[in-house]
Amino acid sequence: MASRHWLNKTLPLTAATLLLAGCGGGNTIPDPEPTDTVGGSDGASTSGGAFDDWGAGEDVPAGFDNPELSDTIYFEFDSYEVGTDDAEIVSRHSVQILESGASVRLEGHADERGSREYNIGLGERRAQAVRRMLMIQGVPAAQISTVSFGEERPAVFGSDETAYAANRRVVIRYEN
Amino acid sequence: MKTENNQRFCTGLLLAPLLALLLAGGASAELRVEITEWNIEPAPVAVVPFGWNGNGAQAPLDVAGVIAADLRRSGRFAPIDESQMLGRPTRGADVDFDDWRIVKVEALVVGRVEQTGDNAYTVQFQLFDPFRGTQLVGYRMPASRGTLRRVAHRAADMIYEKLTGIKGVFATRVAYVTAEGEGSDRLYRLIVADQDGENEYTILESGDPIMSPAWSPDSRQLAYVSFEGSRSSIWVQTLRTGNRRQVSNLPGVNGAPAFSPDGRQLVVTLGGADGNLDIHVLDLATRQTRRLTRHRAIDTEGSWSPDGRYIYFNSDRAGGPQVYRVPVTGGTPERVTFEGSYNARPRLSPDGKKLAVVHNDRGNFRIAVIDLERDNQMVIVSAGSQDESPSFAPNSDTLIYATRQARDGVLETVTADGLIRQRLESRGGDVREPVWSPFPRF
Repeated sequence: MASRHWLNKTLPLTAATLLLAGCGGGNTIPDPEPTDTVGGSDGASTSGGAFDDWGAGEDVPAGFDNPELSDTIYFEFDSYEVGTDDAEIVSRHSVQILESGASVRLEGHADERGSREYNIGLGERRAQAVRRMLMIQGVPAAQISTVSFGEERPAVFGSDETAYAANRRVVIRYEN
Repeated sequence: MKTENNQRFCTGLLLAPLLALLLAGGASAELRVEITEWNIEPAPVAVVPFGWNGNGAQAPLDVAGVIAADLRRSGRFAPIDESQMLGRPTRGADVDFDDWRIVKVEALVVGRVEQTGDNAYTVQFQLFDPFRGTQLVGYRMPASRGTLRRVAHRAADMIYEKLTGIKGVFATRVAYVTAEGEGSDRLYRLIVADQDGENEYTILESGDPIMSPAWSPDSRQLAYVSFEGSRSSIWVQTLRTGNRRQVSNLPGVNGAPAFSPDGRQLVVTLGGADGNLDIHVLDLATRQTRRLTRHRAIDTEGSWSPDGRYIYFNSDRAGGPQVYRVPVTGGTPERVTFEGSYNARPRLSPDGKKLAVVHNDRGNFRIAVIDLERDNQMVIVSAGSQDESPSFAPNSDTLIYATRQARDGVLETVTADGLIRQRLESRGGDVREPVWSPFPRF
């Protein structure tokens, strides 16, 4: 009975291919139909674009050459404003960016409550709040990009206020 | 006006045969029906084991078993156990209606599978009303080993429609996203399966999040959002070949794709460098986009009305998220939802009569169905606290959505009136964002 399932037969192979390729980005797998044809489609996965080696919940050390400077800005519930303490962190990042000429990617996140695509909007709103603050402090727009992961990459799994608070955040990542 | 349905668990009497069936039949499927709640009494029916005329002791598929499972899963029918059957007719001429009046079944299905070639079969079935002693429908369909299951689902569709007046959706499919593992081992999959959980296969695997799958109207393609490269982009993938193309990768948010009824355009959410999310229409042939909304608020989660005239979307321009609609040709958005502080992710039923949303119901995010033909009356149809992503079946009668079981997401279906709700048990991982396919084109 299990042999009816195409996935059961080919997934280990596909997973192995993935590991060998050292990448997890965008491997497409064709429809097994027509079902009368058996086999031959295992190797048809195509690889997607480049991607960063990055995972949810991973605590990446704070950016650049300053391990004491936090890379994460937290937000209150339903809030999109950088708090006073965190504003100080953003300021120190802007100095660092201006001195180094580095580019940063601001990754906005939301807690898990509510609709997923709307949460993408909320994460983006938080990333933009940090972006505006960096720009006010003189960082050129060309050195800042934003991406919102919404609720898709929680720092902490869980459905309580502690987890929600840890997940409402913007992570500042240095590129190049 | 809001009404909440009184849900009650079905009793062991009905659950027991259901579980027995699952243990026997669906052990290897990713999604299985696990719990059923209903407050209508399912009608007893009999689906007699089909006759077999061909090589070997039995047919390659238990066609009657598939039909009975489909009818049972609808929540409207309770197929009786084989041990209760007083006869095993496989053709109408052999039916003694008294056998079926005694066991009080409201409908009787008999049939047989015949092998007509090496990989060729015919499936024949008849549906009877035992009390009137009349045939309601009879049909013969060709099949191969690979299509037998689909043919069985089509038979169940015809039987279901004859008995209820509602088109069956047993031959449709569901796409959904799963996430498993933690940290850098986290793996996201976009999966397509038959609506009963069989024949599932992964169409995309990624270490980066996958979101917002959407079916093309011909069921041949899926649009989705992928975060490969740590940025969002929208893709359209053809299921049969696995080929895909990137259709939007502008700076900032590229999200929430949904196909137009003619399949030529997507409504999408674009944020741009400044992060102002607005609704745009993307022409798939030319890749050109046309802006439909311009507002500082978050405008997202667009979806087409079935007549192609409006885009329904979610905007928090009035504070919290509410549903608005705007003519596809452009114009001033008009607010649609007013009840409560949070109505997101609008999806219209294919018949255009109902609107499903994610609604904040006193702190719980639940699926609500708004009756557009009856003063926008709202019914809360789910009972979780983190329910999301409602998607209508193509018959407009049932929805699928994601809910939470402990930490993980699981899928449930519910009738649009909230009366029959079922959980699809998953093999593992966090299952989310189910989308029901359109009717297949045979």
